[in-house]
Amino acid sequence: MAETVIKQDEAEMQKVAGPWKEAWRGFRKSKVAVVGMGIVIFFILLAIFGPLFTPQGINEQNLSQRLMPPSSTHWMGTDDFGRDILSRVVYGARISLWVGFLAVIGSVVVGSILGILAGYYGRWVDTIISRIFDIMLAFPSILLAIAVVSVLGPSLRNALIAIAIINVPNFGRLIRSKVLSIKEDEYIMSAKAIGMKDNRILVSHILPNSMAPVIVQGTLAIATAIIEAAALGFLGLGAQAPSPEWGKMLADSRSYLTNAPWTMIFPGVAIMLTVLGFNLMGDGLRDALDPRMKS
Amino acid sequence: MLHYIGRRLLQLIPVLLGMTFIVFMIIRAIPGDPAQVILGQQASEEAIKALRTNLGLDNPWYIQYFDYLKGLVTGDLGESLRTRTPVVDEVWPYLAATIELSLFAIIIAVIIGINAGIISAWFQNSWFDYTAMIIALIGVSMPIFWLGLMNQWIFSIELGILPTTGRENVRDPVDVITGFYVIDTLIAGDFDQLATVLKHLVLPGTALATIPMAIIARMTRSSMLEVMRSDYVRTARSKGLSMFWVVYKHALKNAIIPVLTIIGLQMGLLLGGAILTETIFGWPGIGRYIYEAIGFRDYPVIQSGILIVAFIFVMINLFVDLLYGLVDPRIKYD
Repeated sequence: MAETVIKQDEAEMQKVAGPWKEAWRGFRKSKVAVVGMGIVIFFILLAIFGPLFTPQGINEQNLSQRLMPPSSTHWMGTDDFGRDILSRVVYGARISLWVGFLAVIGSVVVGSILGILAGYYGRWVDTIISRIFDIMLAFPSILLAIAVVSVLGPSLRNALIAIAIINVPNFGRLIRSKVLSIKEDEYIMSAKAIGMKDNRILVSHILPNSMAPVIVQGTLAIATAIIEAAALGFLGLGAQAPSPEWGKMLADSRSYLTNAPWTMIFPGVAIMLTVLGFNLMGDGLRDALDPRMKS
Repeated sequence: MLHYIGRRLLQLIPVLLGMTFIVFMIIRAIPGDPAQVILGQQASEEAIKALRTNLGLDNPWYIQYFDYLKGLVTGDLGESLRTRTPVVDEVWPYLAATIELSLFAIIIAVIIGINAGIISAWFQNSWFDYTAMIIALIGVSMPIFWLGLMNQWIFSIELGILPTTGRENVRDPVDVITGFYVIDTLIAGDFDQLATVLKHLVLPGTALATIPMAIIARMTRSSMLEVMRSDYVRTARSKGLSMFWVVYKHALKNAIIPVLTIIGLQMGLLLGGAILTETIFGWPGIGRYIYEAIGFRDYPVIQSGILIVAFIFVMINLFVDLLYGLVDPRIKYD
């Protein structure tokens, strides 16, 4: 008897599974998305624990071992200072993911605040904020990043700030449009009718209900942010020597394309795989969380 | 239509003003004394003072901005601190090089991307579809600068079939007429030189084309799939029209609108991507012009270069917007 009741309860619980659980079920269905998540998890674990197991320190030079091809001692070969490329690529994961996550968190926070203000209060607040977004979006993003870094000076931190800034309007616009549609919903009207304050409506109703597209866009934006950081590093405007940032490593490899192509191949593969992982995961999340956005 | 164009142009004014303000702020926002930063720690007090006067940094900011705008309207883009030449006089060859490269890239991206998308949709779930979409997925995730280096390594260094850098054979330079070397060599009727110029375009062009190509292919596929399920396509098929006509004449016309938006967007991104491609391939375009200016802290060039590219980006987006109506008569402008 007791067992039947429990089973019934379980069945009911499954029926009323929350939207997140349902999304997870949808996400799991897509094999490609799961592969993407696998790649992302792999790189996150690599970034956290990888540096503990690398064969050599990231800046440990061994000039007698300069530009050695991949071998059993140096799986990815060595660079022009005799540094182990595998160790540097592994540590590079930490830098790239760190920049990707932080930059996107920065743009989500600022973009959400501006988007909510614009969408909820409308009128001149909306006009001003939306025009600023229009102007920022009028620049090709990498160019705006270059402009920001050329003002602040080249460094990894400034590259991160630049990437966060250029992504703000994307999130701002997204949240604004979401807020505009939610604002007219009945439950918001009821909340207003019972005298709930604007702050509380914004924080406890509008914000959580606008999050699904932000999570999707955020995952895809991490991919872009990683490429942008590497691009700035490649141009000499991001991470500086001797940092094992992937873009910087690629820039350094240019002088050795003829005799040591492995110095270029492995950092590039690392960037591509990480970005691919986030893109696949983002596509899967989009299909699971917001079927209307499905392309 | 004219009314709509007029309104769109009016809407552009605040955006363009905002753009000029951001670009204007590039020098002014440098922490500390911009003149000191530009000239370095060793610079003499007189040199710093002279540069400050030259850049108009002594005036209040709104007067500086007004002067800057006045200059822009009269075609004054400032003077390069490095070459001492007005930017407006030296920018064209760089700009022409970038436009030529970008057009070449977008043509490749559009031709291959749209056709790959169409065939993928036509033979949905076939091996072609799977292969094309996997390549497209990888293409979207490919850092352009890495792809450029890989191209260089494989096709120039290992196989030796294409030139590594530059735009022409330096021992046989092109007689510049328009700045677009493909056109210039055609005008001169020198087909050997044309072949050399095209060979120089292939590697940077394909590197630059990869991401837009992948995105266009994916967009075309999904857009075509939607249209192919519609009733009029089924009717056309049942009338006995060949699949080729149905796909390329009927379905494509309706599926192309979202693809056009993407092409417009990609064209702009291409201009951004050009800065990376040009750095790798030693392509003397505007991206390289800006890149070198950064190295020399040549701020007037950085400012004007960024402004020119952003201006072209905005104009392309406007053009694409206006193009919709021509392609899709259902879109009304009111």
